[in-house]
Amino acid sequence: MTMVDWARAQFALTAIYHWLFVPLTLGLAVVMGIMETFYYKSGKDFWKQTAQYWQRLFGINFAMGVATGLILEFEFGTNWSNYSYIVGDIFGAPLAIEGIVAFFMESTFVAVMFFGWKKVSKGFHLASTWLTGLGATISAWWILVANAWMQHPVGQAFNPDTMRNEMTSFLDVALSPVAVDKFIHTVLSAWVLGAVFVVGVSSWYLLKQRHIEFANKSLKVGAIFGLVSSMLIMLSGDHSAYTVAQTQPMKLAAMEGLYKGGHNQSLTIISGINPFNQPDYEEQDEPPFKIGVPYALSFLATHDFHGYVPGIRDLLDGYTKPDGTRVLSLEEKIARGQRAITTLQAYRQAKKEGASSEVLTELSGKIQADMPYFGYGYVKDRSQVVPYIPVCFYAFRVMVGGGCLFILLFVLVLFFLYKKDIMQARWLLWGALCCIPVAYIVSEAGWLVAEFGRQPWTIQDMLPTWVGVSQLGSQTVMITFLLFLVLFTTLLAVEINIMCKAIKKGPQL
Amino acid sequence: MMKWLRNTWHLYYDGFRNMTLGRTLWAIIFVKLFVIFVVLKLFFFRGYIKEHAHKGEEAEFIASKILDN
Repeated sequence: MTMVDWARAQFALTAIYHWLFVPLTLGLAVVMGIMETFYYKSGKDFWKQTAQYWQRLFGINFAMGVATGLILEFEFGTNWSNYSYIVGDIFGAPLAIEGIVAFFMESTFVAVMFFGWKKVSKGFHLASTWLTGLGATISAWWILVANAWMQHPVGQAFNPDTMRNEMTSFLDVALSPVAVDKFIHTVLSAWVLGAVFVVGVSSWYLLKQRHIEFANKSLKVGAIFGLVSSMLIMLSGDHSAYTVAQTQPMKLAAMEGLYKGGHNQSLTIISGINPFNQPDYEEQDEPPFKIGVPYALSFLATHDFHGYVPGIRDLLDGYTKPDGTRVLSLEEKIARGQRAITTLQAYRQAKKEGASSEVLTELSGKIQADMPYFGYGYVKDRSQVVPYIPVCFYAFRVMVGGGCLFILLFVLVLFFLYKKDIMQARWLLWGALCCIPVAYIVSEAGWLVAEFGRQPWTIQDMLPTWVGVSQLGSQTVMITFLLFLVLFTTLLAVEINIMCKAIKKGPQL
Repeated sequence: MMKWLRNTWHLYYDGFRNMTLGRTLWAIIFVKLFVIFVVLKLFFFRGYIKEHAHKGEEAEFIASKILDN
């Protein structure tokens, strides 16, 4: 493995572990808010103790997850120094806001939530509980703004003097369509995971015939919250697919295994793509054994059942959009990228030699014109710009399939709660319990789609991974990779252990 | 103002004193922060550009890395 591979693997490992903690924090934040709102409204101690129980599990997860994301920032500075320097001006603002919000909002309101039951009024306590969740959600917003910018760099201009992408519009960065979609979809997915967790844990109590009333009421709240979140996530998923089609068509083509595009495209349900090898998208017209929903991909990507969706080969060879706009071929993009690199070299040389401002302005204008293709100047081979299709394809199906499974789970739980005796449906209770690890797999699969799908770009079209990395030995990064593996696995084992003990202990009813 | 400060102090003071599970969680947080900021940051994750580029010449350093290869 090369240094780039190790650096990518390390970043993926850290992000995957970090994302084990975050969604439960975001999901349980809403659940504990709902439970405490019931307490505020009814004044019944039952709801207070129920809220306190879910807050305890929230606290365990929060404590375990806190600061694990900081390591990602360390990795930027050490393994990804070229990338980190180039994007520093863009990332500084959202990450600083995230840090301040996370520190002040969460630390203040978490303290009131845990320590303030007998110290502050019921209303103030309830507000603190909701604001704890809001603080965590706002933190997620800024992190996702930074991530979205890498996928769709907007509100910026490259400065050839400082060699940095500099922010020209904070609002464009903060409210880019990719950031908005990503935030909504990610937070909703966290809510679904939180709901599955609540439903699964409550089912365990029913299986053990303990805390029956608590478990029944938590099941109701969890299943309704999960079902509502799942409905909303379907809408946000539809919009995300549309945005991806407009901004990262190669990602969509990889997710779908769409080698040759066209009009009236069907959405693949399943096909026989080899999970362990990049398929031969240059020769095959479509994956073997493809079963799809007619016209559905065209509709998702263009909101028109007959819309044109480009495939991988179209994106490599260039194509003309229905509105007549021509999309450059890879060869043309490479030429523009190489021209951007040589013009930038010429600009910096001219600046050193004290060239006139007219010359520098002219060169700068040429750089800006070719900058959107800058990264292609480093591409040598067609295969370098095609993401690894099996991961994108199967991770997407795990994400969508898992989402459908959870809808079924929530519907069944509510059906048995209201129309039958859920205590008799032990198969459903076991199923709900088993869905907890599945929810984590599904949640991580979503990130695999997002991040594998944008390969090879650290900044879409502008900076490939092999240019963004530092010149370190692969062994150095391998050592820290292994170190993280041990550290995070230990942390996860400790969390699971403490969490299981707290669950076994149960609510103090 | 003084009353508010006193109440805030008591909120945290009593809260920390009466922790049960919280003590374990805080211990884990401190160990984790020590590992992250002392072990990892100081020994494994030093800023690459800070170590390799002269102050004020970072742009030149980056240009040499990404344009001259």
